[in-house]
Amino acid sequence: MSFTQLAFYFFAAIMVFAAAMVITIRNPVKAALFLVLAFVSGACVWMTLEAEFLAIVLVLVYVGAVMVLFLFVVMMLDVNLTRLREGFGEYLPIGGLVALLMVVEMVIVLSADSFDQQNMPRPEPHGEDYSNTKELGRLLYTFYVYPFEIAALILLVAIIAAIALTLRKRPETKYQNPAEQVAVQREDRIRLVKMAAERRKDEQ
Amino acid sequence: MELMLSYMQGWPDWIQVTLINVVKIVVILIPLLLAVAYTTYAERKLIGYMQIRIGPNRVGPRGWLQPIADALKLLLKEAAIPTNANRYLFLVAPVISITAALAAWAVIPVSDTLLLTNIDAGLLYILALTSMGVYGVIIAGWASNSKYAFLGAMRSAAQIVAYEIAMGFALVGVLMAAGSLNLGEIVRGQQGSFLDWYVWPLFPLFLVYFISGVAETNRAPFDVAEGESEIVAGFHVEYSGMTFAVFFLAEYANIILISALTAILFLGGWHAPIDTPFTIVPPGLWFIGKAALVLFFFLWFRATFPRYRYDQIMRLGWKVFIPVTLVWIAVLGFFMFFTPLGHMFH
Repeated sequence: MSFTQLAFYFFAAIMVFAAAMVITIRNPVKAALFLVLAFVSGACVWMTLEAEFLAIVLVLVYVGAVMVLFLFVVMMLDVNLTRLREGFGEYLPIGGLVALLMVVEMVIVLSADSFDQQNMPRPEPHGEDYSNTKELGRLLYTFYVYPFEIAALILLVAIIAAIALTLRKRPETKYQNPAEQVAVQREDRIRLVKMAAERRKDEQ
Repeated sequence: MELMLSYMQGWPDWIQVTLINVVKIVVILIPLLLAVAYTTYAERKLIGYMQIRIGPNRVGPRGWLQPIADALKLLLKEAAIPTNANRYLFLVAPVISITAALAAWAVIPVSDTLLLTNIDAGLLYILALTSMGVYGVIIAGWASNSKYAFLGAMRSAAQIVAYEIAMGFALVGVLMAAGSLNLGEIVRGQQGSFLDWYVWPLFPLFLVYFISGVAETNRAPFDVAEGESEIVAGFHVEYSGMTFAVFFLAEYANIILISALTAILFLGGWHAPIDTPFTIVPPGLWFIGKAALVLFFFLWFRATFPRYRYDQIMRLGWKVFIPVTLVWIAVLGFFMFFTPLGHMFH
């Protein structure tokens, strides 16, 4: 067994374990943390495939940003486990059906001939100076430029929509106007009053 | 290294590679940890002088042994674990912090030849690792089972997500100018005099990057995650002894990392500012000198600025820095491809 194979089995085992823990562990915060572990091991598996750009971006985007926000929300919510467990039997048939469908779909896609040695030959190992990042960038901005730009536009629309949905002015909230604060002059805040010195009453 | 290689002849390849890398890692880490120790000393001394007092001056001549005394003290203290805390996560949190802070040093080129690994996507690697450091803070805050720690963790999570975007965009500017993600190539792109450094064409991005770096490391004036006056010590309020020391190490290792990165990305890395007389100084020393200069600003900020309020931090990150970087990237693209000034960036 070569070192790459060893690394693959090591990271794949961790990933499968972490993914199993995500759906079985009770505590939602721990489940989210196991999901982080699954992402990191997935990135390591990609690294063995020489897809270093995708691996690092997976860590950067999903681990570094998405899961942080996810944890943020999960930690704030006080998830009541007993109430969650109440509906378990009720939803079991529907959930089981969906799970079964997903398994069938994955079997159809993954075990078909499209992944055998002829259709998917082993990728050629590249030299040390091969840059996966450059290759991906070139493809994205030339061959796939329209799908890429359309995807970007859809994401932009989604961002604007999300912000528009949550943005509301509440009358009781106090806002500060930084421009006004920066432009403030001494005269706006301080008033110097000139007055003659006064004498005490008994001295008069 | 030569001696080691000749001694190990005949051993299997993977043992040789592993041993050589372990030695290299130790060679990087020992100076780094010493630098961390003496950064704490420098901070206390400098802030002391800025506030017209002497600072630590009891342990050793002029207080030079103070960091060692501090480390020994923390080693000997009891590491208390709060009741109802999540024991494993409580202990894992500082380890995550220090791992992220130290692992990033693998790709930092001290000089043309002095570096552990030369990976092509070095800049991305650093971004990914620094973004993982926040987990140490969040897990510490959650596992402590303490309201103050939890508040600190929440603040830190929001802050780091906000500033990481600005930081990433600032790095996009560097990437456009250098045309490479490799840190060594980025430094080589700044060859020449100090006029060729990226700090000039990318000046707004330089400011955004540096200030975001201060925010990412949870340093004053962005230290709401600690906020002594409001939430005691924030995320590490329940930590003591060695576990606290590890958080402390991670914070300072991160500060030195941001300083080193600022020197590499914007201040020409190991290149001397002017060619002839200054090249006598070895390139590694130039790099360390530049990083130390940036580091000084971190300490100076702490002595000068009052802490930002939470909503002001969010405003600065989302409404000021991100638009500034976006506009400057567009300006940069315009200058690079549509004007004869494009050569400035290569």
